[in-house]
Amino acid sequence: MASTFSAHAGPSSLPSSALNPRRHVNVHAEHVSDVSNTEYPGHYPGEDHSWNLAKFEKSLRVEVQRLSQRSIEFDLVGVDASIANAFRRIMIAEVPTMAIERVYVYNNTSVIHDEVLAHRLGLVPLDVNPRLFEFVHEDKEGKLTDRNTLVFSLDVTCEADKSGPREKGAPRRYINEYVTSGDLIFRPAGEQVSVLSEGSANYSPGPTNKNIVLAKLRPGQQIEMELHAVKGVGKEHAKWSPVATASYRLHPLILLNPSKPVPPHLAEKFARCFSPGVVQIGSNGEVSIDQRAMRKESMSREVFRHKEFEGCVQLKRIRDWFIYTVESEGPHPPQELLPEAIQVMRSKIADIRRAAEALLAGADGEQEGAGQGQGDGDGDVSMRDA
Amino acid sequence: MAEATPKIKILKGAEPDLSAATYQIYDESHTIGNALRWMLMKNPKVEFCGYSVPHPSENHIHMRIQMYDNLSSLTALLTALSDLDDLCVTIDEAYNKSLREGKYERWDEKS
Repeated sequence: MASTFSAHAGPSSLPSSALNPRRHVNVHAEHVSDVSNTEYPGHYPGEDHSWNLAKFEKSLRVEVQRLSQRSIEFDLVGVDASIANAFRRIMIAEVPTMAIERVYVYNNTSVIHDEVLAHRLGLVPLDVNPRLFEFVHEDKEGKLTDRNTLVFSLDVTCEADKSGPREKGAPRRYINEYVTSGDLIFRPAGEQVSVLSEGSANYSPGPTNKNIVLAKLRPGQQIEMELHAVKGVGKEHAKWSPVATASYRLHPLILLNPSKPVPPHLAEKFARCFSPGVVQIGSNGEVSIDQRAMRKESMSREVFRHKEFEGCVQLKRIRDWFIYTVESEGPHPPQELLPEAIQVMRSKIADIRRAAEALLAGADGEQEGAGQGQGDGDGDVSMRDA
Repeated sequence: MAEATPKIKILKGAEPDLSAATYQIYDESHTIGNALRWMLMKNPKVEFCGYSVPHPSENHIHMRIQMYDNLSSLTALLTALSDLDDLCVTIDEAYNKSLREGKYERWDEKS
């Protein structure tokens, strides 16, 4: 039935493979159907769906669509949801950044409590390349060095601004009324100056945004603290997440039924059921779908509420066409986030591989030893390097 | 703590030839679990593969693999890992190619 519907008549059309009904998730008025991927070995008789790198390379399509200083939109086509989701999850939770972790308060007479201020400081995104730093290793007694810790100081005192006369009724003026992220002062240690300034001469580690208000002061109040920033990942605390959002959605697909065209006098109403620009109306009142604008469709399903359009159109999504939207919040330019995530993924794979290879070596060794030595204290079979 | 948790442990009940086994993978989550499960299911010699996160406050996942023809699930796991790595490389290359070609809209985002 699906094949009788067409996405014909559109400028710069989708690749014809996008019309393969096996790739479609069907969207109905109150439910979705055909959600899961079925392309596994043994599912379709006589078809080969085993992993094939050459085939994958051929069908894979990655296209950057939009790029700004802070965000990127790109399409990843031809992968399973589990892969797309892995990259999304890694971008949010496992790409490391630097953030303030320890705050030593020498004086805080402001109205904001120490722990609340410390928390706010932790959330300030820092413009520091995390690749230049190591994690603080708990097993090495958490020793701090110039390679794993950045030190900042925050020392602000508020006083009344008595310079110049104040007109009657005019608001009072203060010096250092607002404590902002711009007040953080970097205290370099060891090799940090030479290592961090490599590339740009006038670079100094600090917040990406210098205008974040951290506290407000009144005359006589003072904040004096030392801050230690360390490397971490978003799964421990969101302050280490390099993104503001990293999400994907599936590419929408709208198929008109050629055997039941939309009546010309209802074309306007039909077009209003979709996002602006998606439906185009020809000179004779015939409707067509703009294939470029289709990706912007909100999938409101408004068209299903009108009886007169029953059977005119099918709403779908393309199961393996992921439209990512990633907003960077931190040191990485948005276009570097996916490569970073891929690198993290590969190092995770390498870690597991190493352990599995050790297990394999151990298992072979044990088979030679007539399968003895299985089972440790808790009854689990444990096989480590022989 | 006596010793560090092993990255992979084979849980009790595995077949001696490892044709069916459950692997406990430490410090991993849905991220690797689901991706690896998919890659294992792409192997025609895998009869069954599934993963679970047994408890949200335990930092590990379980990966169950059952093989046809008494093949080793550990070998299948290693194959899946290297295939998954190839997939990552392919995506990375395709992404960088698209970025280099520069056929995308650039816009100025105020913040």
